[in-house]
Amino acid sequence: MSRITRRTFAASTVAAAAGAALGFKPALAQAYPARPVTVIVPWGAGGGTDATARIVAALLEKDLGQPFNVINRTGGSGVVGHSAIATANPDGYTIGMLTVEISMMHWQGLTELTPRSYTPLALMNEDPPGIQVASTSPHKTVKELAEAIKAAPPGKFKASGTGQGGIWHLALVGWMQAMGLPANQVAWVPSNGAAPAMQDLAAGGLDLTTCSVPEARAIIEAGKAKSLAIMAPARNPIFADVPTLKEAMGIDYSTGAWRGIGAPKGLPPEIAAKLTASLKKVYDSAEFKDFMSNRGFGTVWGDAGQFAAFMDKGDAQMGEAMKAAGLTKT
Amino acid sequence: MLNTLIEAFRLISTWEVIVAMLAASVYGLVIGSLPGLSATMATALLVPVTFYLSPIAAIATIVAASSMAIFSGDIPGALLRIPGTPASAAYADEAYAMTLKGEAELALGAGVWFSAVGGIAGTVSLMALAPPLAEIALSFSTFEYFWLAFLGLMCATLVARSSPVKAIAGMFIGLLVSCIGIENPGGVPRFTFGLTDLFGGIEPIPALVGVFAVAQVMRAMLTPEPPPIPRRKFGSIMAGQWALTKKYHWQMTRGNIIGIIIGVLPGAGADMAAWVSYAMSKRFSKEPKKFGTGHVEGLVEAGASNNASIASGWVPSLLFGIPGDTIAAIAIGVLYMKGLNPGPTLFTEKASSMYAIYLMFIIANILMIPLGIAMIRLAAYVLRAPRSTVMPVIMLCCAVGSFAIGNNMFGVVTVATFGIIGYVMEANGYPVAAMVLGIVMGTMVEQAFVTSLIKSDGSILPFFERPVAAILAAMAIGALLWPVLVWIWRKMKPVAVARAASSS
Repeated sequence: MSRITRRTFAASTVAAAAGAALGFKPALAQAYPARPVTVIVPWGAGGGTDATARIVAALLEKDLGQPFNVINRTGGSGVVGHSAIATANPDGYTIGMLTVEISMMHWQGLTELTPRSYTPLALMNEDPPGIQVASTSPHKTVKELAEAIKAAPPGKFKASGTGQGGIWHLALVGWMQAMGLPANQVAWVPSNGAAPAMQDLAAGGLDLTTCSVPEARAIIEAGKAKSLAIMAPARNPIFADVPTLKEAMGIDYSTGAWRGIGAPKGLPPEIAAKLTASLKKVYDSAEFKDFMSNRGFGTVWGDAGQFAAFMDKGDAQMGEAMKAAGLTKT
Repeated sequence: MLNTLIEAFRLISTWEVIVAMLAASVYGLVIGSLPGLSATMATALLVPVTFYLSPIAAIATIVAASSMAIFSGDIPGALLRIPGTPASAAYADEAYAMTLKGEAELALGAGVWFSAVGGIAGTVSLMALAPPLAEIALSFSTFEYFWLAFLGLMCATLVARSSPVKAIAGMFIGLLVSCIGIENPGGVPRFTFGLTDLFGGIEPIPALVGVFAVAQVMRAMLTPEPPPIPRRKFGSIMAGQWALTKKYHWQMTRGNIIGIIIGVLPGAGADMAAWVSYAMSKRFSKEPKKFGTGHVEGLVEAGASNNASIASGWVPSLLFGIPGDTIAAIAIGVLYMKGLNPGPTLFTEKASSMYAIYLMFIIANILMIPLGIAMIRLAAYVLRAPRSTVMPVIMLCCAVGSFAIGNNMFGVVTVATFGIIGYVMEANGYPVAAMVLGIVMGTMVEQAFVTSLIKSDGSILPFFERPVAAILAAMAIGALLWPVLVWIWRKMKPVAVARAASSS
């Protein structure tokens, strides 16, 4: 994922030029935003998070009349970029994309940062995990797959979708626990993201993947894999034939990878309110809706308060799943 | 079919597409030729621009910029021994040796000509063989990737001019560097010393820039100015390329095929294609002794290979949404954004768009010849400029480029550190190219090995059981044992060898 990162040159040049231009003008007490805003993305250019950030930034720019420059600060499974957002000056001129990893990394002892290290602005998106098998798999439904997993010795089934301790790994652990099985009933094979995992699934190297359905879409459409269920409260209208876990086997378990916009802690409330209001307009715009549905991404709205509560709840849930999987650092 | 083709022509013959393609070509040539700014970066920088373009024009910019940047990485490699991209690192020494012999135009001409040929061969494979090639990609599980990366690492000893022992040592240093960070199968931070910046590990690009460019500047500061390369006009760049094509047609074809196959495999890409092809060229050459002394044969094969891999890298991207390399990963994002969602339906429902992409690849590779020649002519002034002006500019490029990678000072510090490491290694006869190879391949070897063992519950048998894995394993082990077998054979039949040697 981090190999896809070197795109920030133009953005920094633009920012530098804008900064230089600003130097000639006396700093007038103008309404926010008076100069270009930097949007930090902790993941690489070309990925789903990057694409979402770019469409949000483009629409914010349209609404607020200042450039919103997306900068990818990748590496360390998201730690580097999330740190950059948290440690920026809370003046409203640096905001960033927060992703689900912020509620996971601190449990692993990778960072001190938690969802509370930020000023939450808005929740924009959530994608539930799916359960995919190769099209040659003998398991036709999620129920059959679950029975086979229960009957097999622990570790016989191999699953993948992301790195060790990543969101799709925890989705698997949560599903196993919901069925009353130990966390290691299915062995996790770390991968460099969903695309290589889906490829390995089609190549016969894995039994199942638990990445999101949009990430698996192209391979599914190529007839090399199929999605048996999603771990969500409701079906995704774009993949309407994929049942939820509750429908398919009566297990009420759902989780998801989410993306939201946040700022460093201590952002002045009037700037935060202005950004949240603008983000609401972005969320409601046809461009955003079209873009997200075109890629199969789910849209969820949460304002600053709802986003904060959402992150707190998710943080506690992740802590439990990670303890069960033995991923926490004690 | 014909209607689709005509429709595709109509799609690309708009002013927007033509201007976008020309601008992106020039841009790709410039970025690729600056040390420290890679082809991937050139492509990534285009993403915001593509927002404002029509779908076909957006893809056109990416196709043109990436093809041009991979070629123009050869230019600083040949003129200054500073490869512009990792894909050029494999043969930078060779091309530079040719420049010292006064054959810069032959080296660069071979670069542009065989890159264009390779690119077209890759495109033809994309057009004709996409479905079967995609099947190859889907037959590779981690077991196969392990052997592939292992073979890639073995190229270190073949490519190096120094003693094999020092080459292996250099490669191991690279492997050690690739251990840094958290992006390993266990997800455990290693050698990070608590520094958040090191969590992300050491990327190949800053390391490459450091060991080649910065170390080169350091050497230049310590040695007296060499006698200037005789001032003479650059000869014709394309002259002699046809003769080379005829002489090395087999090497060129082999380079094309290897490039196409490696390009199709997600995660491998142009870097590996260049290394493997250069190593193969040396291994099977009739005159391996000439390699490293300014011999064009390896350039032909590797140049043909890395550009062929660019086009075929789009096969898994277009069919399955799986990126063949980092450039394709960015391209996939743009495809989605423009409503050309990857998948088999792209080939049926949007066939005219697909044909338009094919055509753009071919046009980009033809454009590469005139634009490349112009670029080479401009770049040739570097050879005439005094060293005291060139070196500070290179230093500046390195600093700016490395800062741009992550928008922080960490990249600059990394480049400086690797400059010192590269200088010390080179001064003691350790090939820095082998270290770069170690860094590029290290993550893949480890990831493939560990995940394979998890999948097989610790058994190494599956590394040999799957058919493709078995073939690759036989090749790897064969290549390892080959020198030993040769040695034994020589011991047993000294007379026969002596006779063979005298007759050749």
